[in-house]
Amino acid sequence: MEKRVVFRSSWLPYALVAPQLAITLVFFFWPASQALYQSLLIQDAFASKTQFVWFDNFVDLFENAHYLASFKVTAVFSVLVTFIGLALALLLAVFADRILRGAKFYKTLLTLPYAVAAAVAAVLWVFLLNPTLGVITHFLGRLGYHWDYVLDAGQALTLIVIAAVWKQISYNFLFFLAGLQSIPKSLLEAAAIDGAGPARRFWTIAFPLLSPTTFFLLVVNVVYAFFDTFAIVDAATSGGPVQATAILVFKVYQDGVQALDLNGSAAQSVVLMAIVIGLTVIQFRFVERKVQY
Amino acid sequence: MGHRFIRLACMASALAFACAATSAQAVVEIHWWHSMTGALSDKVNEIANKFNATQSEYKVIPVYKGQYDESMTAAIAAYRAGDPPQIVQVFEVGTATMMAAKGAVMPVYQLMAEQHQPFDPKGFLGAVSSYYSDTSGHLLSMPFNSSTQVLYINDDAFKKAGLDPSNPPKTWPELEKDAEKLKASGQPCEFTTGWQSWVQLESFSAWHNVPFASLQNGFGGLGTKLEFNGPVQVRHIQNLADWAKKGLFTYKGRKDEPLAAFTSGECAMITTSSGSYANIKANSKFAWRVATLPYYSDVKGAPQNTIIGGATLWVLKQKNKDVYPGIAKFFTFLSSPEIQADWHESTGYVPITLAAYDLARKQGFYEKNPGTDIAIKELSNKPPTANSRGLRLGNFVQIRNVIDEELESVWSGQKTAKQALDSAVKRGNEQLRRFQKANQ
Repeated sequence: MEKRVVFRSSWLPYALVAPQLAITLVFFFWPASQALYQSLLIQDAFASKTQFVWFDNFVDLFENAHYLASFKVTAVFSVLVTFIGLALALLLAVFADRILRGAKFYKTLLTLPYAVAAAVAAVLWVFLLNPTLGVITHFLGRLGYHWDYVLDAGQALTLIVIAAVWKQISYNFLFFLAGLQSIPKSLLEAAAIDGAGPARRFWTIAFPLLSPTTFFLLVVNVVYAFFDTFAIVDAATSGGPVQATAILVFKVYQDGVQALDLNGSAAQSVVLMAIVIGLTVIQFRFVERKVQY
Repeated sequence: MGHRFIRLACMASALAFACAATSAQAVVEIHWWHSMTGALSDKVNEIANKFNATQSEYKVIPVYKGQYDESMTAAIAAYRAGDPPQIVQVFEVGTATMMAAKGAVMPVYQLMAEQHQPFDPKGFLGAVSSYYSDTSGHLLSMPFNSSTQVLYINDDAFKKAGLDPSNPPKTWPELEKDAEKLKASGQPCEFTTGWQSWVQLESFSAWHNVPFASLQNGFGGLGTKLEFNGPVQVRHIQNLADWAKKGLFTYKGRKDEPLAAFTSGECAMITTSSGSYANIKANSKFAWRVATLPYYSDVKGAPQNTIIGGATLWVLKQKNKDVYPGIAKFFTFLSSPEIQADWHESTGYVPITLAAYDLARKQGFYEKNPGTDIAIKELSNKPPTANSRGLRLGNFVQIRNVIDEELESVWSGQKTAKQALDSAVKRGNEQLRRFQKANQ
């Protein structure tokens, strides 16, 4: 017997999905197609002179050694942000899940960074780690460690990774916590009775059962690291020293919004879009197979 | 990108519609988009209110639109959406972009002539008006806030090192010697600089009367090529690099970040904007003074004159021609000696007209605030030459980024001055060709 509910009307299902479709068309497909179109043009800032130049903007990009160098920076940054962000959030979620007293308090505090804007998060960390006035800089100096991210490439990258991870950790934390709480207690109790310690219970029961959440967060965090982090770089390092923190999305923002080269910026955003689509496809084809629903 | 731009354009046009709806009354509104914050923003509002009180036909409405790059982007987005603001404040770096947009901009000299407003470009400080004039000497935008580069020294640190602060270093070799003595006295940081590209290359070139770019620093056309890898500039950057190695020069960041290292007392000397005067006055707990920007005495023609930074007011072309008389009247009001002298004295920007300078002098401002006239003296040291009139470079924001990156590779010891400047010129020229392609 057919158990599914089927719409009798021929237009109703379309009408019901129409708002969602309209939103997708207006806020995704239209801007994306505009970006594609803009990337094939060369215009002055006021768009008073427009030339159709086919793929000249892309040729300019890929002939530029400095643009190619920022792929490497982006890859390192994204891997660090994604893995550190997921690992720390999972650790915090596991502890928060075990807490009995004051759980609400901890959970609220851990969720707080998510309410902070990216640029503010960066400025906050810059204050703490400012080479001249920073509090942490002062203590590092006392320990004999010279902190000056203005000229130290590794430290600059560390700074933006810290700010980006800190900003995203709450989001990851919430999902992991929800995931942990939906794991049936009976499974964990059974394992405990069989003599499995907390670490063993986590790795053999909780972690595999969390895999759908982990996979979802992996996709979201990769997209976050690639697209959503330009404000952090802008407020903290402006891509420096030299090009140590010039990630792709920051260059899109810098060339387009700050320097008004909209077409060059559009070409970069198309490249970025292609990368992220590619990565997402790979994740769904190869990583998702390991996910147990 | 497309996403962001469209959102911006929608916001801007929505705002303009709202404005159009309210301006149906007799009063013609003039929207002035600016990037002044804090006390400067209060002053902008005060100027607008004063003007509005003088007449009832026009109403100038200042609107803060974010930092320089943000307000410029917003104004251009609004123009592309068909509803530009009447006046927008644009930083000097955006000059070439604004100038190239002939159909979008109403040149100030033309506006003032058409509206029969008295307007004498010769009344402006030469170094100010030349930066914003076309090759035939027509002023295209209205000078507003201009500053230049000066040297600030920490008197207390100088005394501690056995130096006489009333005799600050006049040349770069003297600065090196003073820095050595300061270091010997235990000063943690001897010398730093804000805005490295602007101070150590752009104005440095003008101050030594050597070209920054071909075709009169770009004034002569879009085919300009960068030339700041000449022997004078290479020598200076290499000196700074050597001083950095010896610990006499400390790099503290690309823009205004180094200022905090001076006001905190960490660095004893800084070259940065004359507009930092008020900030240092408010935040430093030691005796300090302003000194003239150092130079190399063996370079022929040095010191020439420094170049300006800051912003001017551009008038965007309007569908409604009724606003033009109001804008012209406002500009006449704005450039009057009283308003300009007050703006100069309360903000630290240089007076942009000679009449305002005279007025400030008569009021005894420079006796009461020693050092505030050094910027003007540097700017008017000699009549500007083709090398010191200013810079007219497209994609200048990107070029400055390139220079910042390359200079950082010098300070961190990865490249020599020559290698870095050659590379900066090559990469900067790519940006110039891109701009030429888009604007020819």
